[in-house]
Amino acid sequence: MSDGIPLFEMRNIAKAYGGVRALEDAQLTVESGRIHAVLGENGAGKSTLIKIMSGVVQPDHGIMRLDGTEMRFATPKAANAAGIVCIFQELSLIPDLSVADNIAISGAPKRFGLIDRKAQRRFAEEALARAGAEDIHPLALVKDLPLSRRQMVEIAKALGRKPRILILDEATSALTAGDVAKVFTVLKRLRSEGLALLYISHRMQEIDELADDCSVFRNGRHVASYLQGSKSRGEVIEMMIGREYSHVFPAKPADGKAGAPSLEVTNLAWSQRLNDISFKARPGEIVGLGGLDGQGQRELLLALFGVLRGVSGDIAVGGEVRNLKNPRAAKAGATGMALIPEDRKTEGLMLPMSVKDNLTLPALDSLAKAGIIDRQREKDEVDRMVKLLAIKAANLDIPVGALSGGNQQKVVIAKWLMIGPKIILLNDPTRGIDVGTKQEIYQLLRKLADEGATILFYSTDYDELIGCCDRVLVMYDGSIVRELKGAEITEHALVSSAFSINETQAGERQIG
Amino acid sequence: MGDFRYWLAEHKGTLLAFAVFVIMFGVYTGNHSAGFSPMVVMTAANKGVLLALVAMAQTLVVLTAGIDLSVGMIFVLANCLASQVVVGDTGQTTLGIICVLGAGVLCGALNGAIVIYGRLQPIVTTLATGAMFYGVALWLRPVPGGDVNSDLADALTDQVGGVPTSLLVLLGIVALVWVPLRRSEVGRAIYAIGSSEPAAYMSGVSIDKARFTAYAVSGLLSACGGLMLTFITYSGEASASIGGSYTLNSIAAVVIGGVSLFGGAGSAIGAIFGAFVLRTIGDLLFVFDFDPLWQPLFQGVILLLAVTLGSFRLLRLKNRLDLFG
Repeated sequence: MSDGIPLFEMRNIAKAYGGVRALEDAQLTVESGRIHAVLGENGAGKSTLIKIMSGVVQPDHGIMRLDGTEMRFATPKAANAAGIVCIFQELSLIPDLSVADNIAISGAPKRFGLIDRKAQRRFAEEALARAGAEDIHPLALVKDLPLSRRQMVEIAKALGRKPRILILDEATSALTAGDVAKVFTVLKRLRSEGLALLYISHRMQEIDELADDCSVFRNGRHVASYLQGSKSRGEVIEMMIGREYSHVFPAKPADGKAGAPSLEVTNLAWSQRLNDISFKARPGEIVGLGGLDGQGQRELLLALFGVLRGVSGDIAVGGEVRNLKNPRAAKAGATGMALIPEDRKTEGLMLPMSVKDNLTLPALDSLAKAGIIDRQREKDEVDRMVKLLAIKAANLDIPVGALSGGNQQKVVIAKWLMIGPKIILLNDPTRGIDVGTKQEIYQLLRKLADEGATILFYSTDYDELIGCCDRVLVMYDGSIVRELKGAEITEHALVSSAFSINETQAGERQIG
Repeated sequence: MGDFRYWLAEHKGTLLAFAVFVIMFGVYTGNHSAGFSPMVVMTAANKGVLLALVAMAQTLVVLTAGIDLSVGMIFVLANCLASQVVVGDTGQTTLGIICVLGAGVLCGALNGAIVIYGRLQPIVTTLATGAMFYGVALWLRPVPGGDVNSDLADALTDQVGGVPTSLLVLLGIVALVWVPLRRSEVGRAIYAIGSSEPAAYMSGVSIDKARFTAYAVSGLLSACGGLMLTFITYSGEASASIGGSYTLNSIAAVVIGGVSLFGGAGSAIGAIFGAFVLRTIGDLLFVFDFDPLWQPLFQGVILLLAVTLGSFRLLRLKNRLDLFG
């Protein structure tokens, strides 16, 4: 701004939860008409910073100024009223209400004191159009929409509030590639309209493409602010993790895996969402599932794990066809399958239960004698896992919900390693996780594979598929359209086969 | 056409309860010696409206993902209070009615205040306050009796051109209380907190106001029910068994009416038909001349079947995880 007063600034902000310092002496300056990226590992204090800005938590001390005037926001409502709107990573949509109801949740258009449904619908349609999501029906219930559509509704809802400062916290992590492109167009338009945008993402490419300014946080402190493009990616990552950044992905073994397949799927199909899927995977292999989001990868993992009803085709484990009718059968001794689910908060963990109880849950039968849990063995096993995965928890008896996202994800993985699985299914395990933890997870996967496990790994991040997998099965519309091996796994090959633009098949398929 | 699909999905529960009621009531009147006569309809309506009002009261609390075990006791308290104060000339009677309804709102507000500010679970809060309300009712009317303005009582339990007046009263209450609430911002907030309280908070919804309104209006509706009971019986009775059975039946009516016990979905209109269905079960057993000894058993079986209707969706599940949604 020409008058020198920034739109919004935070000075010397500090916040502690219990005795743990989440933020210390944090600074941030936000200007209108610019996209400001906030970078840092999970636990760096980014979420706390945003929560303070948007009125969810109160700072212990420090000041915030909007247009040069000091401000305090007691509730999210107060921050909204001042023009600061946040799109949270944990969705803030109400599942049983319609899309239109959600978009107009606070400040719905009214007539004679009652909500004017027609006006509300127009309002919702406009907001959806602004977000580039006209395809979503305003009367659909939010709970019936897939995750990526919900995220678009979330963006539309924020835009409906006419924000001056829009905060996006990992807002694209659940989106399909097509939606990300749309959202980027919208964000750039908003920037040109003079909005200030605060953008938080773990995807560096997105930051490269969008950001004007960047601020890096580490351990609750502001490390540096710089103009986008003035630092190399290596330098930025070094600032974030505070250590040399090298070899994110562990080396792949050179030799192709031989031997009998441990998992053999033949003609698997389910309810038109999965069609005629056949593949084999051997012990020691990391097999990736690629393709655009929502092409049946999740359903395939769920089908293997016995969650879906009415699956046809054969699933053979260790050469024997098994009837896996529920997750209990899938994890049982001879099959030894584990699924690291997509949503750790609902399907992966019992948030209010302790770290220890969460860890031992799948393996309780092996830890118990005549139904009584052997406390000493339980403790030994838990300690082994905590050490193996380097889980950072103040105490193993605290609720698992109190851990940071990355550590929660480690607990989800550890609890399944407890049963000593032979086949590990992973559903996008690194979503919303910091660089450091991601790196640890990649190394762990390779180690497990080397020890003889078969790993089926679905990821929405192409870099991971390229870096981690021995083979990648690319899915499109519920079928496997291409198998990439070794050096064939390149971004170009992944993208072209994801859109099913295979050179040899070009004439046969149209992109839906 | 697209809009209709969403409308249908939203009102599925209510429509199902309505359909079940129409069928059951058709069977009932078809087998009744007097047939579909105004007298039969009026008797059924008078009984049905009482439970319908209490079920509406229960709906509001259930929508917030709570449960109210005191609705039946507020109903009894209002009945006892009305048998004392709704007497005399027009002015006195009016004042008496305001007093009874005010007492209902006060009871509901007390529940709401304890749940919100005491941070107690609705189920234990209302269990305790329900006992308190019953205590007050007993104090007001230690022995059954009392009186009520009989002109008004006759008018409200009679019929106008073949339509029972009690049904018109219910319709009036729906139009004056439920419809405006459903379409107001507070009403939407009630659904929102029932569906996902953290998301509602993050969206800047006034959570406390919505919850308080739900309990207070719930108290009002229970009191309306108690008032109607007084007009039907011309007296008041502090009966724990009446209170208890209305509380439990209101929960059953809410479920039959398609209101989700997890909160956030359903409609009081559905609960009204749920209440009618429940009442018709008893009547059906009567016209088919069941041995009274067997009635509770059959009533239970039919209730279970009616509640099961709402679970038919489970048969169509493809993904077992949806079971827990």
